[in-house]
Amino acid sequence: MTGTAITFMIISMVLVWGGLAVSTWSLFRHPEDIDDEPLPPVEL
Amino acid sequence: MSSPTGTGGTAHKVVKREAFGSRNVFILSAIGSAVGLGNIWRFPYVAYEGGGGAFLVPYLCALLTAGIPLLFLDYSIGHRFRGSAPLAFRRLNRKTEVLGWWQVLICVVIAVYYAAIIAWSTMYTAFSATLAWGKGNEGSFFEGEFLQLSKPTDGVTFDYVPGVLWPMLGVWAVILVIMVLGVKKGIGMANNIFMPLLTVMFLIMVIQAVMLPGAMDGLNAFFTPNWEALKDPAVWASAYGHIFFSLSVAFGIMVTYSSYLKRKTDLTGSGLVVGFANSSFEILAGIGVFAALGFMAQSSGQGVEDVVSGGIGLAFVAFPTIASNAAGGSIIGMLFFGSLVFAGVTSLISILEVIVAAVQDKLGWARVKATLVVTIPIAIVSIVLFASTSGLFVLDITDAFINQFGIMAVAFVTVLVVAYGVRALPKLAAHLNGRSTFKVGLIWRLLVGIVGPLALGYMLVSEIIAKTSEPYEGYPGGMLAVFGWGMVAAVIVLSVVLSMIPWGPNSKAKNDPEYREFLAAEGHEPDREQIAGSADGEGVRS
Repeated sequence: MTGTAITFMIISMVLVWGGLAVSTWSLFRHPEDIDDEPLPPVEL
Repeated sequence: MSSPTGTGGTAHKVVKREAFGSRNVFILSAIGSAVGLGNIWRFPYVAYEGGGGAFLVPYLCALLTAGIPLLFLDYSIGHRFRGSAPLAFRRLNRKTEVLGWWQVLICVVIAVYYAAIIAWSTMYTAFSATLAWGKGNEGSFFEGEFLQLSKPTDGVTFDYVPGVLWPMLGVWAVILVIMVLGVKKGIGMANNIFMPLLTVMFLIMVIQAVMLPGAMDGLNAFFTPNWEALKDPAVWASAYGHIFFSLSVAFGIMVTYSSYLKRKTDLTGSGLVVGFANSSFEILAGIGVFAALGFMAQSSGQGVEDVVSGGIGLAFVAFPTIASNAAGGSIIGMLFFGSLVFAGVTSLISILEVIVAAVQDKLGWARVKATLVVTIPIAIVSIVLFASTSGLFVLDITDAFINQFGIMAVAFVTVLVVAYGVRALPKLAAHLNGRSTFKVGLIWRLLVGIVGPLALGYMLVSEIIAKTSEPYEGYPGGMLAVFGWGMVAAVIVLSVVLSMIPWGPNSKAKNDPEYREFLAAEGHEPDREQIAGSADGEGVRS
């Protein structure tokens, strides 16, 4: 592979797979609200 | 699966709306829908033709300025109006219901032929074990022994090919079971199983392909930028066109899927993950496919440019050739075609869900009844048309016309109507921002309202010119009239007719207690149709 092709392969991977990694990390920093699920029973 | 719920002693039972088990299952299902056959066999070819490494520029522009913004638009409509495409668009504005039916009918057409490709891929997965096509015989095996293809001039034939008919029956049986099980236990579970399997299988296939002699030549051809290509508007149009098709935007899937999300789900955050995951798979597919094509070029003593192909030719002729010649070719073949099967199944169930959900909402039917009534007739038409010796021709024409004049046209009209007809973008932006971490504002509205229509309009006009200037692929006028132009026109006419049929008292438009609760919880005005339903005492839940 030529240096140009390798460079563009790396740029593609970093931008797209990096975008996936950042968006996934960002999403999981904010866990899903479970507002409409019933609360667990309280043991007395 | 849906279950009838009590309605306070009133005459009608209300079928409770289904939901995904969690946000993660929704994301996996949305990725499963987006990652389809096109990611594997279309993207590498489009990228190579569009300038190789340089194609990354229009591709990323298209993803960020049109693909993801329109994905957000679909999510906002489905989640805000809590319905299948026709119901969600009706709730947006009575006059826009027709857009929803247009999207549903496009899904009907796609579902009919999509199953045929999955059936072919299933058979080729089995053929790969023994390389049943025979070395040097790959092209003639596909069209001759396997499909027993007739001539295009013979028109539609009803000579059935058992080697295609039985696998199609099998595919539809599996799909029927998944669909009957419902959103959580069927679609969610299928994606939970198939998507990790697809990823692992495809990854192994890519690693194997990269190890083949000549693979680096293929990757060289794929990633070396041709900057001249970027001066060609057609390359930019193909990047935008590919992103529209690839992300499953604007034909009801994402509207339907997002309607199954909980009230407080992060919509834009999920959308970014889906958009980038889809593109990540495409980059992986490009590496795997071009590494394999590099090997094919070297083993046949040709240049990579001489063996490059896309679509059905790449999958069912080029890949069997690669499998025939490579060490461990059977494994490469099984992994490649197995990946096509899983990618196809997860996309097909999302396409069918658009139709099933629309029927459920319109008629107030339970899951099983709606699924059987929708899926069985579609399966019959699918088998009648595509298990015959003329199946490939009909498929080629239908696919080309429904993509260009179905999906692209409905996307164009939808963004114009939503942005300028009913001026709903500010309301939808507020809905997205009310629950999402990635906020949208003026830029999103400009992208959806200006960039989207401009890109779609340009592509639509270009395609109309291309397809009216000469017969598509030289097919006979009669076949193009019926399965091309006629089908596109029938979809539009039927969608208008369907939008004129009144919604009954059992329909979700009239009787949807969950939607009333949603509106109240969100602080929105009550839905007028729902109020009418309440006054009639149609299953109102307190």
